[in-house]
Amino acid sequence: MSQDIRIKKGLNLNLVGAAEHAFHKEVQSSTYGIYLDDFHGLTPKLILKEGAEVKAGEPVFYDKNNPDIQFVSPVSGEIVAVERGERRRILNVKILADKEQEFVKHGKFLSSDTDRDGMIAHFLKSGLWPFVKQRPFDIIADPRQTPKAIFVSGLNTGPLNVDLDFVLKGSEEKLQAALSALQLLTPGAVHVSVSSKKNSVFSTLDDIVLHEVSGPHPAGLVGSQIAQIDPINKGEVVWVVGAQDLVIIGELLLTGQYNASRSIAVAGSKISDPKYIKTKIGAEVAPLLEVSGADLSNTRVIAGDVLTGTQVSADAHLRFYGTQLTAIAEGNDYEFFGWNKPVFDKVSPTRALTFSWLNKKKAYDLDTNTNGEHRAFVVTGSYEEVFPLDIYPMQLLKACMVKDLDEMEQLGLYEVAPEDFSLTEFICISKQPHQAIIREGLDLLKQELG
Amino acid sequence: MKQKLHEIKERVKDKKWAPAFNAIHTFLYTPNEVTHKGGTHVKAVDDLKRTMNTVIVALIPCLLFGIFNAGYQHYSAIEGFPQDFSVLEHFITWRNFLVGLTTVLPLLIVSYGVGLAIEFVFAVIKGHEVEEGYLVTGMLVPLIVPVDTPLWMLAIAVAFGVVIGKEVFGGTGMNILNPALTIRAFLFFAYPTWMSGDKVWVHGAVDGVSKAGTADAISGETILGYLAQNKTAEMGFSLSDMFFGFIPGSVGETSTLLILLGGLYLVFTKIASWRIMLSATIGALAMGLLFNAVIDFGWIQSYSKFYSLMAFDFWKHLIVGGLAFGIVYMATDPVTSSQTNRGKWIYGFLVGFISVMIRVFNPGYPEGVFLAILLMNVFAPTIDHYVVQGNVKRRLKRAKQAKIYPAATPASVETQTA
Repeated sequence: MSQDIRIKKGLNLNLVGAAEHAFHKEVQSSTYGIYLDDFHGLTPKLILKEGAEVKAGEPVFYDKNNPDIQFVSPVSGEIVAVERGERRRILNVKILADKEQEFVKHGKFLSSDTDRDGMIAHFLKSGLWPFVKQRPFDIIADPRQTPKAIFVSGLNTGPLNVDLDFVLKGSEEKLQAALSALQLLTPGAVHVSVSSKKNSVFSTLDDIVLHEVSGPHPAGLVGSQIAQIDPINKGEVVWVVGAQDLVIIGELLLTGQYNASRSIAVAGSKISDPKYIKTKIGAEVAPLLEVSGADLSNTRVIAGDVLTGTQVSADAHLRFYGTQLTAIAEGNDYEFFGWNKPVFDKVSPTRALTFSWLNKKKAYDLDTNTNGEHRAFVVTGSYEEVFPLDIYPMQLLKACMVKDLDEMEQLGLYEVAPEDFSLTEFICISKQPHQAIIREGLDLLKQELG
Repeated sequence: MKQKLHEIKERVKDKKWAPAFNAIHTFLYTPNEVTHKGGTHVKAVDDLKRTMNTVIVALIPCLLFGIFNAGYQHYSAIEGFPQDFSVLEHFITWRNFLVGLTTVLPLLIVSYGVGLAIEFVFAVIKGHEVEEGYLVTGMLVPLIVPVDTPLWMLAIAVAFGVVIGKEVFGGTGMNILNPALTIRAFLFFAYPTWMSGDKVWVHGAVDGVSKAGTADAISGETILGYLAQNKTAEMGFSLSDMFFGFIPGSVGETSTLLILLGGLYLVFTKIASWRIMLSATIGALAMGLLFNAVIDFGWIQSYSKFYSLMAFDFWKHLIVGGLAFGIVYMATDPVTSSQTNRGKWIYGFLVGFISVMIRVFNPGYPEGVFLAILLMNVFAPTIDHYVVQGNVKRRLKRAKQAKIYPAATPASVETQTA
């Protein structure tokens, strides 16, 4: 039962500075960071204190509301700092890496050796669980629930995203181990979506239902794929795992070691030599930027892509889920009559003296300027052009803004994650913060009804 | 200059009147604001100013035509319509322009002056930025009133329309009724003698300017006025006059050609909804066809006061009166029209349909488009509600097949905790 997905509505955001299909040499990172912001809604409880020695794969903290979910160190070393914010909320944990890496040894553990409960227990204890996220609410999955299906997006369509076929080449064995393990976790299917244009590493794997996807961004967002394959109904749960995270999961199952290796793309207009780099989750950003020839004057560095990523300072670390580093110019300058003159060098969904419709292939060098001020919702019908889900986007946003729980539920808030609203936010003429609105709505819905 | 304005902005940013300064500042320069945490890091180039500006650009041809037509109608009423009409010789002339300048330009200035002043005051009181909605409203207002509308009347109407029609609901984006049409409706119901009849459409008629060589005061009946009085024979306008717009009427509504071009521009730029324009046109044609059929079946005889309007060829409704202008520039207002794509089809169709219906059945004032749009503004949320309910029902139906597994606490997980 293979069902192909054709996305018609959307917008490909073509930016300059895409990463070449080549790797920089590996760079050393002396410290590693775990940022608690990455795990939305988590109340962490530290297991190890400052000064403690950890091995790679050893739990550092756990979820207070669900103590089974443990978060492990990506490297072996010493916990050198626990930074706290307001009301002593933990912001991040910094680990000074050892020269010789020591791993916690779990031993080989394959899907053929165990049942569902055993596999869940293994995921929890080895620190793999945070890679499994759930919809609704776009948070780390609850291991006590049973998902109706598990989804993996095997293609990226976002701006300057990692080419998964390039970075996953050669990892077939690990991917297969991870996917077979995931198949144990659900009574439904493990759906993997791949590009219809090229041969994917996933196309030869077993225990999955393969879907060929075509169309513009957000075709690569897992939310768009879920909506077409098996939309989420009230009460249902689906789980979602990132394609690159499968490699880490697979390696742990095959070798027993938690190896937080990632191939990330360093890209963007401020990067002179945009390529891929092999590194680890939580590695320092600065050496990665340096080896890629980044120009850091008036630059915004983003862990993730320009639509959904997190701004990081140049002395910070990579985040848990992001697989790319983007550097673009800050747009903190005025523009004379910027609102009425013809515009050739920026992207626009309209043709109001904007000319990005003339050449769809052109790559743009966008900066972080908002190109206008925040306003009330005025224009209608524009979001629908880039929003492929069977949901009324503006109505749902307004329901979230007025905190109308019934409407939020009826209009389909269970089916979406903030990232599904990244394109509508990008084109929003009123410059409304769509993703933040959806996130607040999801939090409220979870708190009241979840 | 850029640096100086930036310094002033920093200095006044805590002052109460900062929005007033910012409105002027952001008019000159798009702000230096960068994207915030938790959202997209880049944004598309379009903002509300650009969107509104596009509509204004689409209205400028109508305004210019209205300025010349004010003079043309004025002198034609005095001297009679020229026999061998040529656009350059009789229409685009200095004396026509001067009449237009002295009649239309004050309307424009009063409309923008009063409206923007109120917008600024409300922005300062409520501490938000000045929103751009009035830029279009202020342009529309002088185009949809008779040329000799007294300026004090217009000022009162604009104040009413902006305060009651928009600001009490929360400003741009929150209003239920189209502000420009609220202003028009206020004028119509408060000062009906200035808004209808055969004296108001030509400059000078209300002041009793007389025809050349006679003591009779000039007058100018609109085509719909002739039709409503069953005086079709006296109407001396050709089809091309109607289409190109060399006829009496509200300042900017007469030239169907320029409205059509403006509409095409708005559709091409993706600023206005083609769905509304198309469905409203279909709706108007459908109603016109129905009336024509009534005549064809002989149900209404020529002595009926509705005869001329009903017998008027259905497609001609689109080139007389304010129907085309209303469909292109007013019905498509995104705030007050239906907000769902399917709703737009229904909304637009009914706007066109009801416009022609009111036009034919309204004995006092044979123009229906502004009332039809206001009526549909009120019903637009209802239409949207039912369209959205369709989506909700589909979701509920799907939810019946939901595969929900009970949450369990696997034994092995529990042992982990310990």
